[in-house]
Amino acid sequence: MTWEPFVVLLPLFGAMLAMPVGRALGPRAAELLTTAFVLIAAILSWVLFFNVTPVFGGEAHARTIELFTWIGSGDFVATWSVRLDSLSAVMLIVVNSVSFLVHTYSMGYMKDYGEQSRFFAYLSLFTFAMLTLVTADNFLQLFFGWEGVGLASYLLIGFWFNKKSANDAAIKAFVVNRVGDFGFALGIMAIFYVFGTIQFDEVFQAVAANAVATPWRAAEGAPIQELTIHFLSWDFHALTVIGVLLFIGAMGKSAQFLLHTWLPDAMEGPTPVSALIHAATMVTAGVFLVCRCSVIYEYAPNAAAMVTLVGAVTAFFAATVGLLQDDIKKIVAYSTCSQLGYMFFAAGVGAYGAAMFHLFTHAFFKALLFLGSGAVIIGMHHEQDIKKMGGVKELMPFTHILMVIGTIAITGVGIPGLTLFGAPFGTAGFVSKDMILESAFFGGEAGKVFGYFAFTLGILAAVMTAFYSWRLIFLTFWGPSRAPEHIRKHPHAVPDTMMWPLVPLAIGALFAGIVFYGSFVGSNADRFWNGALYSAEASHEETASTADHLNAEEVTAMRDEHDVEEAHGEAADHAPADERAAEEEHGGGHHEIPGWVLWSPFLAMLIGTFSAGWHYLRGDPLKPGMLRPGGMIYAFLKNKWYFDEIYDFIFVKPAYAIGRFLWKDGDGKTIDGVGPDGIAAVVAAGARRIVKMQSGYVYHYAFVMLVGIALLVTFILVRAGSGQ
Amino acid sequence: MTESFANQPWLTFITFAPLVGALFIMLRRMLTGTGEDGTVAPEEQAQVDKVARWVALIFTSATFVLSLGVYALYDPSIAGYQLVEEVPWLGGGINYKMGVDGISILFVLLTTFFMPICIMASWNSVKSRIADYMIAFLVLETLMIGVFCALDLFVFYFFFEGSLIPMFLIIGVWGSKGTKEFAGYSIPSRIYASLKFFLYTLLGSLLLLIAMAWMYAQAGTTDIPTLQQVDFPAGAQKWLWIAFFASFAVKMPMWPVHTWLPDAHVQAPTAGSVVLAAILLKMGGYGFLRFSLPMFPLASADFAPFVFALSVIAIIYTSLVALAQEDMKKLIAYSSVAHMGFVTMGIFTGTEQGIEGGLFQMLSHGFISGALFLCVGVVYDRMHTREIAAYGGLVHRMPLYAFLFLFFTLGNVGLPGTSGFVGEILTMTGAFKFNSWIAFFAAFGVIFSAAYALRLYRAVIYGKLEKDALKAIPDVDTRELVTLGVLMAFALYLGFNPGPALNVFSPAVDLLIENYDAALAAGGAS
Repeated sequence: MTWEPFVVLLPLFGAMLAMPVGRALGPRAAELLTTAFVLIAAILSWVLFFNVTPVFGGEAHARTIELFTWIGSGDFVATWSVRLDSLSAVMLIVVNSVSFLVHTYSMGYMKDYGEQSRFFAYLSLFTFAMLTLVTADNFLQLFFGWEGVGLASYLLIGFWFNKKSANDAAIKAFVVNRVGDFGFALGIMAIFYVFGTIQFDEVFQAVAANAVATPWRAAEGAPIQELTIHFLSWDFHALTVIGVLLFIGAMGKSAQFLLHTWLPDAMEGPTPVSALIHAATMVTAGVFLVCRCSVIYEYAPNAAAMVTLVGAVTAFFAATVGLLQDDIKKIVAYSTCSQLGYMFFAAGVGAYGAAMFHLFTHAFFKALLFLGSGAVIIGMHHEQDIKKMGGVKELMPFTHILMVIGTIAITGVGIPGLTLFGAPFGTAGFVSKDMILESAFFGGEAGKVFGYFAFTLGILAAVMTAFYSWRLIFLTFWGPSRAPEHIRKHPHAVPDTMMWPLVPLAIGALFAGIVFYGSFVGSNADRFWNGALYSAEASHEETASTADHLNAEEVTAMRDEHDVEEAHGEAADHAPADERAAEEEHGGGHHEIPGWVLWSPFLAMLIGTFSAGWHYLRGDPLKPGMLRPGGMIYAFLKNKWYFDEIYDFIFVKPAYAIGRFLWKDGDGKTIDGVGPDGIAAVVAAGARRIVKMQSGYVYHYAFVMLVGIALLVTFILVRAGSGQ
Repeated sequence: MTESFANQPWLTFITFAPLVGALFIMLRRMLTGTGEDGTVAPEEQAQVDKVARWVALIFTSATFVLSLGVYALYDPSIAGYQLVEEVPWLGGGINYKMGVDGISILFVLLTTFFMPICIMASWNSVKSRIADYMIAFLVLETLMIGVFCALDLFVFYFFFEGSLIPMFLIIGVWGSKGTKEFAGYSIPSRIYASLKFFLYTLLGSLLLLIAMAWMYAQAGTTDIPTLQQVDFPAGAQKWLWIAFFASFAVKMPMWPVHTWLPDAHVQAPTAGSVVLAAILLKMGGYGFLRFSLPMFPLASADFAPFVFALSVIAIIYTSLVALAQEDMKKLIAYSSVAHMGFVTMGIFTGTEQGIEGGLFQMLSHGFISGALFLCVGVVYDRMHTREIAAYGGLVHRMPLYAFLFLFFTLGNVGLPGTSGFVGEILTMTGAFKFNSWIAFFAAFGVIFSAAYALRLYRAVIYGKLEKDALKAIPDVDTRELVTLGVLMAFALYLGFNPGPALNVFSPAVDLLIENYDAALAAGGAS
């Protein structure tokens, strides 16, 4: 057995051992054990990352390790695998690193709450499920991880099971996610129907090569990129159907507009959970899914347009709601929702590298902001309302600095146009967010549907991002304290284990953009992604250049051998210089960027920052500002656009009412009334006798029934005999 | 040596072994001395009860071990019937014939596996007429194994209808208390439930019997493998199909003939519910695969849309009804109907994924639903109520129970990694191939199941422990832990590695589909 699977399995071992070890040796032992396992997994992930990707030069060693078959029914085969390519390697380091830091942080955070063993078991279980998700080699294993993280999320949101609100939130998260999974599951079925397989390589290569696909029992096939299938009662472009269905799953998991309602409620869970699951990792699974299926979205422009649209609307919508929240965690939660929207519209316009880049940098600064908020909450004696804070800077200076670092990262502080080592100069959020906004603009220019729309909403959302992020800092840390005296005098001590995990995150929030720019989206991007992200445009150019060296059959043969990427790499090396330049142009930021596009995110950030300062740094920060309480806009935003109320009215209440109706009137009055009860009423006399018999001996029943059977058999025999 | 060893009538042995146990208990009771006034002394009665319990446990366990031996003799790579035994019985071509194939063998094992569990679950919770109770269960086991082994139409009918009797008694005699207005009389609700069960089933049986007689008259044989080769005329297939369907649909149960099930479950003692959910319901699905599809392929194909309609109605309708339930057992019973909807949907797609998924779903539902009824039994034994509102916050007193119940709840929700997922995804995949509307509607069940199952779990397990009655409730004891733990191990193992079951199904299912498609092609051509 190779060692790579342990990257995935170690957290599972931790999860299984945590409870027994905790019971036998105390909660501290369980904490250390699970944390140690995740640490080893994290180290292995980084080793794999440098091994699998050519991140700073070096060779790429993408590979897939198959463990054993999970489900095999005819052609429907799903294996347990560990797929290691650039995409999964990036996710591995994000998941395992953040998970390790959150495990460490939780040792401090959970100290006063008790039940640490159970908490750490859940955290490790989550990590395991997330890792199976990102290392899946087929759609079904991905779905396993997908539902697994949903389970862990359910358990952790409802961790404090005495609280009704926590239980409600947990169920809501699970059920809303299931609405998304409804789409995802149908997507998997559609893939199987069209391709006859659910293995990634087979599906993706068929799409890329435009192979002829023949759906089950279809009279004749068609090249997959043109194939239409009959879905429900209409004929649709097959890849669009698949793309849309998969995206519905992504919308649930990543809390996108319409399926976002569970995420703010999920803040009922302990804060480390919010950082790990509901900010840095699980909620990005949807983005990962779209990037993993990039080849499908490249040839399903309408599905991609939907991704762009939903992403852009979410980025904007969540930012508006974030403006007025008073719960420190809810602000960060809406911010997460909004940032996920950015990632999606980047993917929607085909900038998968930019989407993954933002996913990567966002993990640093959002985990930082959440864990920092957790420290504030502990320090303030479990207070979460920022209106009751203020002046925390004096009490928690170190936390303040870290939170400001997180804020300049998310708002995107940097200097447009200036480059350092070939990367734009600025915080991680600056580099990746600008990349997304530029991609959206160029997408619009290249005729992608909703490209300009996404760019515009993205800029508006950037204004609001700066506003709510600084509002959080100003109200929490700056100004005079509004906290009760005993808290002000005696803030709760924050253990060291809660502070030092923030340091690497802060470093990442500042520099991850500059360091990884070249690999994720810059000049080295094509080599870095190594075929894990697909680009129709680049691929057409490559095919043209490859054709000089290899004939089509050889290409097909090499595809089958699973080292298609290498073939492409070699071919690209031999390609004429001008074609390579064209390729790089696609991957990197070598477009001529109009000055105003370059500067507008920066200006947006400045406007948001200054208006936050204008509102909250002059005089009483709680005085009514532009958006007065009592106004319609205020109420609309404060109530999160009334989504919860609307859903309750349209879906939840009717479901219960219909259930009751079908039970009492459907089953009770109709089916039973006409059926057994009705018949029985007719033969009431018979019933009376049976009622009397009830007091008698068991054998009387048995006897009567056996006689009945015997009579029936006899009847048959006679009939049968006379029939011959 | 080995040849003759394998040629023993093993299926007959395991089928009738429990009956021998039942006779043994009867014998012991006949030898019971009675006092002057004709009553049995308490010590003597206790002795009889003890013997009854142990004999039942020993015989069911031995049967399970024997059935494992039978499984060892069975070759899963072969598609046809194995371990076939045949002796003349009633004459006129009606023989006593037994045999198993990939479709039936695992259900035999499921039956023998569950019976010791049922006996153990009844160990202390059944207090009256213990000897009669054990006899009823042993007889029931014989009849159920017989159903899955029978290869003759009348042998099958005998077992299939016979199994009704002990079940009828188990519900009617050892059911729970309470009365119900019925046809103008106030009668015990358990009697109402068992009558309803009986009435529904009776309707189906009569039609089944008539159809069988007609088939016998036509084909001159009641041999099942032979009948599977007979090409019944397309017109006759329709009528025969309807007759068989009437019987199997009630057993499944399919909507709208499902209303007996919630009542039966609610009234039955725990072990009765377990047997009902784990095994008796499976006879319907088994019947479709053994009779409807192979013997009446043309009619099956014609009626498939009708079955799909009923299946998706069952999935959505009963899931919504489950959402509104106030009784734990009723909720699980309704969810059973929804899960059985996936089975019928899968079977009639005639696709490999659909049929294998349906078979797997039946197996998995046996473990998960059986375990859920045991879970209800655990708290029912302690509190004597099944009302959801009577519970809350059990996790504080019963952490182990909370863990086990959570696992089976998740299995019921069909979470990947539990066996519940495999059946659902396979049947839906099969359905999608056939017509995406079916999969589309069925997938709603995926959403609703999460809602009702988690709602139940939350109400019973989570929250503060506020009710005084619950403050001293003890956690699961060793016996309960072992039983539920074993079921959990199965559901988990099959969830991660369903291969051992799917590989047993697949040769038989391949053959079935091959014949089915061939029949359709021939039928379409003519």
